[in-house]
Amino acid sequence: MKVVVLVKQTFATEARIELDESGEIISSRVKKVVNPYDEFAVEEAIQLVERKQAEKAAVLSLGNTETQEGLRQCLAMGVDEAVLIDESGMGGADSSITAELLAAALKKIGFDLILSGYVAVDDNAAQVPMRVAEILGIPHVNVVSRLEVQENSVKAWREADGRTEVLATQLPCLVTADKSLNKPRYPTLPNIMKAKKKPLATYTPADLGVDLKSPGCRVVRHFLPAGRAGAHLFDGTPSEAAAALVSALRNEAKVV
Amino acid sequence: MAEKIIVLAEVQNGALRKNTPQLVDVARRLKSNAESRIILVLAGPKIESVATEAAGLPVDQVVRLEHDQAWQGTSEEILETLHAARQELEGDILVLGNTSLGKEIGPCLAQRWGWGMISDVIRLEDHQGKPTFIRPCYAGKVFDEIEMLQPQFVLTVRSNAFPPAENDGRQAEILERVIALPKDALKTSLVEVVERPTGKVELTEADVIVSGGMGVKGPEGFEFLKPLAEVLGAAIGSSRAAVLAGFIHPSHQVGQTGKTVSPSLYIACGISGAIQHKAGMSTSKCIVAINKDPDAPIFEFADYGIVGDLFEVVPHLTEEFRKILQS
Ligand SMILES: Cc1cc2nc3c(=O)[nH]c(=O)nc-3n(C[C@H](O)[C@H](O)[C@H](O)COP(=O)(O)OP(=O)(O)OC[C@H]3O[C@@H](n4cnc5c(N)ncnc54)[C@H](O)[C@@H]3O)c2cc1C
Ligand SMILES: Nc1ncnc2c1ncn2[C@@H]1O[C@H](COP(=O)(O)O)[C@@H](O)[C@H]1O
Repeated sequence: MKVVVLVKQTFATEARIELDESGEIISSRVKKVVNPYDEFAVEEAIQLVERKQAEKAAVLSLGNTETQEGLRQCLAMGVDEAVLIDESGMGGADSSITAELLAAALKKIGFDLILSGYVAVDDNAAQVPMRVAEILGIPHVNVVSRLEVQENSVKAWREADGRTEVLATQLPCLVTADKSLNKPRYPTLPNIMKAKKKPLATYTPADLGVDLKSPGCRVVRHFLPAGRAGAHLFDGTPSEAAAALVSALRNEAKVV
Repeated sequence: MAEKIIVLAEVQNGALRKNTPQLVDVARRLKSNAESRIILVLAGPKIESVATEAAGLPVDQVVRLEHDQAWQGTSEEILETLHAARQELEGDILVLGNTSLGKEIGPCLAQRWGWGMISDVIRLEDHQGKPTFIRPCYAGKVFDEIEMLQPQFVLTVRSNAFPPAENDGRQAEILERVIALPKDALKTSLVEVVERPTGKVELTEADVIVSGGMGVKGPEGFEFLKPLAEVLGAAIGSSRAAVLAGFIHPSHQVGQTGKTVSPSLYIACGISGAIQHKAGMSTSKCIVAINKDPDAPIFEFADYGIVGDLFEVVPHLTEEFRKILQS
């Protein structure tokens, strides 16, 4: 069985976001990491290989040369091979185009199980994996906190609003990771060295023969949310402060 | 063009989910003219009473969909039923909640139908006469204003970001349809459901949230917050650190790797206000912080605060709220 993990390189979660004069997000100075949710998916894939439930784990990303760094990190964690679709020069891809390209690459490299994060913390879209499953015509389980892989099927626990569902479906399928799936490992130094020799293949969109549609929507502008002025603090004894706070919530903020 | 706007209402514990009137509000704002129609769709078995309640909302029609196989209650069934009903519904815009269900079926339908999609919408605006959609990115550190270039699209809408549409005194007509699903349409089966006693109020929909962090010191600390939550009818939230420390179940976690919430009132007790926590709650209407450290980052983005020991302050707060809410 072959597991392929979709990974996206994103801004580090603690990164400060700034806009340049034309209103574009400044990305050059920002530290990039593998999307945190994708790390859970990578860890799960490695564990499947370690438990001999899968023969091979690969990572696949649509990105640019900078993305190689994130892919190397996944190789150092323990996946066997990496594939990069280099989108440099495409001027960015929306969820639909990203999904088309990833699905085309998946068909090319082959898969039995696809794992991914359920959402990328940069675009906050949570669209790409479901679209990929649709294009490939395979079932999916979204936002999974525990996974059991059997011969031809998977059993997956997911936190739906207010309840936990245990779902079963057939392979091949796509499963997206929630945060409680596992605890991603850190690459060790020897594994970082080994990772340098593992295969990292690069394709261009043209190699995949995808007919790229024009994007379905357009960003009119990015803007920073209006900052809050800082808290109005209430002093005095705990009882005085509590009384003043509750009065402000009722009469000023009008939320109770 | 007079568009047809489909709103999918969710049924939870046998009742109409609380975000439904908010979705109807979004649909009303999207109507481009008097001929535009809003169809509220309910999918599932045994929902007659819910349909009657739904018909009181200001919509043109309620359509109750069932399918012809045994209902298990998976999101895949709702996905396949809506897909199979596409011709009949003839919608142009599909409005979903940004819920477990919406996050799953929204992108699937957009992909299948060749529609556009915008997820986690928190505001509508206008750009040169065309509606635009505001959504948070980068954990709420940037907002994007998006213009849809396709005539047909799916939206998922963050709970509590829009006001509920008010009933208009009329009852919309209710249609019932049993949809024939292709034999092999359902590929996922529900093995088991574990209902979680998360308290009466679902975190992502709560109007008030009382949240605890490492400052509550232990699982007993969350018990200590309960009277305050009860007086306010609030849900209990937590920081990730408190979850990792084993104080509370992960389903309570608010933040970048937890739930995104947008209540009217968020009371953070003993939470430092790390950027990843802020990511999940910064669109709350009013944020209150109780923290003994005057330099805690949470005071930079809270609206109100008390610098002090939560174990001393919270009982007084409970008491003060009780006074005003019970008078
Ligand atoms: C990739 C990633 C994702 C993350 N995702 C999330 C997430 O989704 N949600 C999240 O919350 N965090 C998340 N974090 C963790 C985050 O960075 C912080 O570590 C976490 O939010 C801290 O939790 P805390 O405020 O409870 O604890 P602390 O930072 O330890 O703060 C405890 C606070 O309690 C105060 N305090 C102590 N005793 C008292 C008292 N008696 N009375 C009043 N105040 C008191 C202290 O002054 C302090 O400010 C994530 C981190 C990473 C790297
Ligand atoms: N450019 C990309 N390359 C590889 N995987 C991606 C890419 N974009 C999104 N994904 C996958 O889809 C998930 C959800 O992304 P999004 O739909 O952008 O929120 C991510 O966690 C990744 O696993």
